[in-house]
Amino acid sequence: MSPESSAKSPAAHTDKAFEADLREVREKLLAMGGKVEDQIAKSMRALTERDSALGEQVMEGDLEINRLEVDIDDLCRKILALRQPAASDLRLITTALKIVTDLERIGDEAVNIAERAIELNSAPALAPYVDLPRLAEQAQDQVKMALDAFVRADPATAEEVLQKDDQLDDLFVKIFNELLGFMMEDARTIRRATALVSICKYLERIGDHAMNVAEMVIYMVRGTDVRHPRSRAIPA
Amino acid sequence: MNALASSAPDSAPAVAAGAAIATPKVEVQKLNVWFAKNHAVKDTSLAVQVHTVLAVIGPSGCGKSTFLRALNRMHDLVPVARVTGKVLVDGQDLYTREVDPVLLRRRVGMVFQRPNPFPTMSIEENVAAGLVLNGISGNHAEVVERSLRKAALWDEVKDRLGHAATSLSGGQQQRLCIARALAIEPEVLLMDEPASALDPIATAKIEELIHELKEHYTIIIVTHSMQQAARVSDHTAFFYMGELVEMGATEQIFTNPKERRTEDYVTGKFG
Repeated sequence: MSPESSAKSPAAHTDKAFEADLREVREKLLAMGGKVEDQIAKSMRALTERDSALGEQVMEGDLEINRLEVDIDDLCRKILALRQPAASDLRLITTALKIVTDLERIGDEAVNIAERAIELNSAPALAPYVDLPRLAEQAQDQVKMALDAFVRADPATAEEVLQKDDQLDDLFVKIFNELLGFMMEDARTIRRATALVSICKYLERIGDHAMNVAEMVIYMVRGTDVRHPRSRAIPA
Repeated sequence: MNALASSAPDSAPAVAAGAAIATPKVEVQKLNVWFAKNHAVKDTSLAVQVHTVLAVIGPSGCGKSTFLRALNRMHDLVPVARVTGKVLVDGQDLYTREVDPVLLRRRVGMVFQRPNPFPTMSIEENVAAGLVLNGISGNHAEVVERSLRKAALWDEVKDRLGHAATSLSGGQQQRLCIARALAIEPEVLLMDEPASALDPIATAKIEELIHELKEHYTIIIVTHSMQQAARVSDHTAFFYMGELVEMGATEQIFTNPKERRTEDYVTGKFG
């Protein structure tokens, strides 16, 4: 029996209320993940379509994400206290407790993007946004894939997220250098270019959070912790 | 994650971490137990390292208590019981003719589910009972005190050693039975659901005691409570329908079991 198939165990818990609690954790995490993806997309549209009202919506939307974080934490604590979950259930709950934090931070990054977008929208555009939407798309893809990996308990997809993070970092460096060029040519662009650099950094952070989620999915399914392989090699 | 346990080959899941590098205190080889035609324990092999606690878990009727009782030949007295295979303690097979079951039980002591002090005897007499029955002479008072101290009961009973054992609470009676088992200085202690009749505080005392006792003894405990197994043991063996399904480091069994049946059991999916 491979441990991976056991994580997707179709067998139901004898205790139906416990089963329902676990399902609720999964469903709430998915709802939160969907909401977070939506927030990133909206915040980027606020920038590229110069739509500050949409940016305001993103800020409001963050409240729901925060509420979901608290809800999921509560539910997980309740399950830990009342059910003493073991094996794949325990791994699901510890994973949930960790990935809500990443999802909530991704939500915060979307708010940051929206704030910068609103600032940028009040001045003429610096240049057409070409690479920046690509960076955003890649970051969103990473989040989406990490969440898919969670839903399907699929470590292969999670591994793909880990491998693709370098592409995101490369694109970040490319855009950063471009923006640096603007600033060196014309000091009047510095304020706007810096805002754009910040947005790139937010997107790059979103990619990092997606990576954290993916790492936890691998733990949830396989029970092996793949985080920080290099620091692990150093004896304590 | 316990690297040693996880790297054990699939064909020999029963060998606990470290078994390959140290001589086990208890080694069970291809143990089978039948009650008439009922094959209660099937071809079970496992090893328990010295000064460790092995917890045996599994649903009712899985053979865990039968397995435990085979370890000090308690099935000898059951006419329809048949046992094959080997149970080695320090490399010596307990099931050979030369081994006297009475002497064996001095080396392999047992504590049962319900506290069973001798009702007509005092606290002191209960602890010394094994010594008397085995014809062991010497300073019994000293042994009684030492055993009661080891069983974490001395402070509670030192002023009333002559009182009836039945005057003690259930939790105290169970620790008295542990003291009685310890008095004859066994090397291996078998415990069959030692806390299942006790309240949570008395249970915690027994569990704390198990932690202390493993410094000097090798302990095998059968328990219905998975949380108890998780709390007290170094290794856990999961039995199902007479078969040892999986054995590994306790942390591994409860966070990342390798076998689907173990996973289903520890997550509460049997029923």
